[in-house]
Amino acid sequence: MEISRHWRLRKQRYALVGEVCPHCEAKLFPPRDVCPECGQEAKTLYNFSGRGEVYSFTTVYDAPAGYEEFSPYTVALVKLEEGPLVTAQLTDLGEQPVQIGTPVEMVTRKLRSDGDERGMLVYGYKFRPVLASTH
Amino acid sequence: MPATRSLPRPVAIVAAGISKFGAFPGKSSRDLFVEAFLDMESSASKGMDARAIEALYLGNFSSELFEHQGHTAPLIAEAVGLTPIPAVRVEDACASGGVALRQGVMAVASGMYDVVLVGGAEKMTSLPTAEVTDALATAADTQYEIPAGFTFPGFYAAIATAYMHRYGMRPEHLMNVAIKNHENGALNPNAQFGVSISDWMQSRIAAAIKKGKPAPTWQNVWDFLHDDSANPMIAWPLRLFDCSPITDGAAALLLVSAERAADYTDHPIYIIGSGQASDVPLHGRSDLTTLSAARNAAQQAYQMAGVTPADIRFAEVHDCFTIAEIVATEDLGFFPPGDGYKMAEDGVTARNGAKPINVSGGLKSKGHPVGASGIAQAVEVFKQMHGLAGERQLKGDVSLALTHNVGATGSTCVVHIYERKN
Repeated sequence: MEISRHWRLRKQRYALVGEVCPHCEAKLFPPRDVCPECGQEAKTLYNFSGRGEVYSFTTVYDAPAGYEEFSPYTVALVKLEEGPLVTAQLTDLGEQPVQIGTPVEMVTRKLRSDGDERGMLVYGYKFRPVLASTH
Repeated sequence: MPATRSLPRPVAIVAAGISKFGAFPGKSSRDLFVEAFLDMESSASKGMDARAIEALYLGNFSSELFEHQGHTAPLIAEAVGLTPIPAVRVEDACASGGVALRQGVMAVASGMYDVVLVGGAEKMTSLPTAEVTDALATAADTQYEIPAGFTFPGFYAAIATAYMHRYGMRPEHLMNVAIKNHENGALNPNAQFGVSISDWMQSRIAAAIKKGKPAPTWQNVWDFLHDDSANPMIAWPLRLFDCSPITDGAAALLLVSAERAADYTDHPIYIIGSGQASDVPLHGRSDLTTLSAARNAAQQAYQMAGVTPADIRFAEVHDCFTIAEIVATEDLGFFPPGDGYKMAEDGVTARNGAKPINVSGGLKSKGHPVGASGIAQAVEVFKQMHGLAGERQLKGDVSLALTHNVGATGSTCVVHIYERKN
């Protein structure tokens, strides 16, 4: 994948930076500069908390190229507490079964490796179950 | 929701053809399209002169990635002797074919042309499976969906998970769709996997015995479909037999104005409704158990046609995965939300049921050459309405039908309604 894309998306990947619409206060992730709710310009940056719950999920057994090392792995649509859904892999699951509604929080992890030892390692957000001690 | 539209003048399908679907190392997309074109020519009951064709609209998702060939429409036009007519490639992922059909409908309805060729072609099997998966993944959001490790089976699996959670469906219910569509496809000589799952299981048992291996102990298709070695998990809850295959294939239709229809056939099939809509990726939606683009496109098509879901006699819907067919039958208004899986279980959507769905075998059994699938659906409608569907020919009234063609996870959906008036 193109290197410039990984660089361009670093704020989203590492810090879950989205936008808030200054007109209708809708929270946007991914950021898109035009508010899908009211149609006006929305360029104000907004840091999402990284907390949310599993909205839907699947466990992928037939992994695409670059993801074999994680297989089988669980990917989810996570509903952030501020509203938007984010598409992400779940991690640190242990023996705990995932369910719709499982509380999760953002962590930074390796997303994929591009082939041989000279390939890129791409990092970004994943979500893990909220640890019991942090409740 | 846009205002109800009507076609400025009627548009009819007067000929329709399809190639064999499958994996053909010896054939390019051009070869496959020629096969479909010749089949189409032979279907015009009064014959046809290809020199009357004024334009080509070709559905093709990714000849660049699959065949390292861009700008494919003029090459396809040349392969069937149509140079110098305008040749336009239409790309909307797996809905490319249905959207090409809609472009052709608009071209004839507008009065710009009287005779238009619409087609679809995709050559997918020359790449290794991992690269095909990669190419198909470009139909999703490669900035915010694919980096998570999602695949297309994964997206539809997440739709299935949400659906099961809301409506109480179990993974076993999905298997009814696969069993039905393979039973239909077994009667379609053009199908890639035209064999019932029961016969498939028997051939696996026979092969094991022939090799001197222990014979599998499957007692019935349910044992077979629950066995991880026979039907491996791809993306829970979807297994191999919940997924449509990777396919080479092509299909073609001849669209004409009503005044010209009698030159080709005494029984033109009129396209009386056409609708199309777009949608955001899954992470932009408020409900994963329905495709709003499908509901939107269907509403446009029903309003244009002046018919209701109950009027539709049979439909070809986009069953890229088993869950997709269940959701489609609800989005199209055939069944209330949450009832689609029960209707598949009860045989309502079977060939002899009240609302036959995917009599051709669907994408599941017939195969899914992505840019051709939307056209192939209309070819099945033509064959059924002309009594040319052989062993799978529907009994009784087949005068009103619908096709539903989806791109990606429903970020495009296109719906057409067809009527044979005499």
